[in-house]
Amino acid sequence: MARGLRFLVLILSVASICDAATFNPISDSHRSAALELFTPTDGSLKSLEETFEALRTFEVLGIDKKSEIKGYTCPTVVDTLWSPSSALKDLFQALRVNGVLKCELNDEVFAGIASRLKDNVKDANSLLDLHYLIGSLKLIKGQTAEVDVHLEDADGIFRAIKALSQSDGRWRFSSNNPESSTYAAGIALETLAGVVALASHDIDQSLMDTLKQDILKLFDGIERYDDGSCYFDEKLVDAQGNWGPVSASSSIVRGLTSFATSTPESLNLPGDRILCLAKFFLGIGVPGNFKDLYHQIDALASLENNRISIPLILSLPSSVLSVTRKDQLKVRVNTVLGSAVPPLSVKLMQIFTSGSKDASIIDQELKFDPETKLHVLDALPENVDVGKYTFTFEILLHDPEHKKIYATGGRTKVSVYVTGVVNIDQAEIAILDSDLGNVETKKRLDLTGENTIALSANHLQKLRLTFQLTTPFGRAFKPHQAFLRLRHESGVEHIFLVRSSGKNFEITLDFLGLVEKFFYLSGRYDIQLTVGDSVMLLLLRVNLRNFPSSTLPAFFAISFHIGIAAVLSLYVVFWLKLDLFTTLKALGILGISLMFTGHRTLSYLASTSAKLKSA
Amino acid sequence: MARSSTAKDAQALIQSLRSAYAATPTNLKIIDLYIIFAVSTALIQVVYMALVGSFPFNSFLSGVLSCVGTAVLAVCLRIQVNKENKEFKDLPPERAFADFVLCNLVLHLVIMNFLG
Repeated sequence: MARGLRFLVLILSVASICDAATFNPISDSHRSAALELFTPTDGSLKSLEETFEALRTFEVLGIDKKSEIKGYTCPTVVDTLWSPSSALKDLFQALRVNGVLKCELNDEVFAGIASRLKDNVKDANSLLDLHYLIGSLKLIKGQTAEVDVHLEDADGIFRAIKALSQSDGRWRFSSNNPESSTYAAGIALETLAGVVALASHDIDQSLMDTLKQDILKLFDGIERYDDGSCYFDEKLVDAQGNWGPVSASSSIVRGLTSFATSTPESLNLPGDRILCLAKFFLGIGVPGNFKDLYHQIDALASLENNRISIPLILSLPSSVLSVTRKDQLKVRVNTVLGSAVPPLSVKLMQIFTSGSKDASIIDQELKFDPETKLHVLDALPENVDVGKYTFTFEILLHDPEHKKIYATGGRTKVSVYVTGVVNIDQAEIAILDSDLGNVETKKRLDLTGENTIALSANHLQKLRLTFQLTTPFGRAFKPHQAFLRLRHESGVEHIFLVRSSGKNFEITLDFLGLVEKFFYLSGRYDIQLTVGDSVMLLLLRVNLRNFPSSTLPAFFAISFHIGIAAVLSLYVVFWLKLDLFTTLKALGILGISLMFTGHRTLSYLASTSAKLKSA
Repeated sequence: MARSSTAKDAQALIQSLRSAYAATPTNLKIIDLYIIFAVSTALIQVVYMALVGSFPFNSFLSGVLSCVGTAVLAVCLRIQVNKENKEFKDLPPERAFADFVLCNLVLHLVIMNFLG
């Protein structure tokens, strides 16, 4: 149980390390999440849209499940494409799936569909209908070269889509629907890109210019987080159930990148927008539902090879460095999907100490190791001691031409924790006379080893324990917590907080006041000192013979209260996220430990009050 | 005449109640405060619902019932812990408190489930 408290302190301190603001490229955790979320339990019943999303995610992440899915999906695809009465949406989804799976189809089918679509293009007026029509024609162009899919009246279609745009850069789904949405804007951009690609002759330049203005207006409405990522938010829930920043931002990214691919003109977007969008998608970690995972992976795949600027992500494999072990600072630069980057170098520019304004200017280049593909700093600067820091890096591309293609994002800030072994020395324990504070007996302690000291005191005196904590570099160390625990030989315990001033730590126990708390138990006591911080944990032991008081089973009492607090916070989490059965499972576990500690605590209280009554 | 005498009687009654109440042990007073808090929270919720409307009704019900339920459990605790109550002489107060805690936890589990 004593260990429990120590490990609790350690776990709490370790947990606080995990909120550093690094953005890591796509990793195996995304792959395993994709496999888990997209496993088709009843694959034949899943819709074509969901099948396409699964296939696209697997394709980007490099997971090969095509042959498995092909078996039960191709018949549906072939049926949908052959049937003359399929809806536009189904045709679009079937063509998308066919683009990945490449089912057995001949050009006759495509020719029939293409002519049907071209006839319908003139009558379509809602954004989604146009999206499906143009998208299907573009997919047919990609799947067979025999069929002619060029659009005669591309200008007219362009104008029809443009008519649904709003002044703030967003789009409406149809002329009947007054609400505008960001998701619709992304779809509109994608459709317009398709129109430009399929046009039989060039689109009117004035239309293209107004569209570029609309894109700039759209980006004016972008929202930002403090850590350097930005996103588009969506408050409107549309018919497909798309809402929220992930789907809206993903839709915009898709539209923007396909538009940039379809036209050789440049868009004049501010350079950091693409990078901050990439950081947003990387910053959401691994989403828990398949729609968000699909949107995240699809957007990152679009950003990986886009024509505007390819974002480069700087990340640290480990953000905790130990001074005692002489750990080296290692930095990695990748694209968003983790692929290789052009030749570049990384410089460490500044180091900020957390919580203070001063920074040291370093301006040192890291060495590139071609085997591990990591940039390494040989040794940390002299004045970097144990504590929490923010390191500022800058990426420098070797080829000046690459600056137009890649986005490095200027200076990147990363949180780094520096740890080390903390020394404890000059420990002394003394018995003081209560009234005047004169020292009666004073003994030195070696707190790193185990030793026994005999001291005796009565309830009129005070006990004082002092020690110093120093870092490996000899400077004063201020931990987050320091506790002293007194344990009687019968097992009763009490815990005190140790106060510090500068380098010295001191605690004075006044027995006169503590006599009741200690329940008058005399005998042998163990002293344990626990010092905790997010960068270290240190434990020491000393035996002490002492006179008065016993201890309330403070440990059990504290655990009892912690147990109740844990159950109540489990209820809060239940309300926010979990379902009933996981809650009941967790509640069972917590309940058993709560019963145990509660029983111990309360029976102890009962027995002591019975003793007092009978005494 | 009758009015002033009843007013005086009422005052005397209130005074005697107050002085008698002052004699109750501190732990019972604390439980009484808790009961008053729970009931007033329930009343505040009812007034709020009257002002704002009853949607979502299940949340309102769960809120009011949690207040009423915990007040009832506190009343039970008070009865069991009261030393002057001959019926519960042999029950250790710690046992009553443990029952109180356990029943509250179960009540709040149900409430959180119903809260939605």
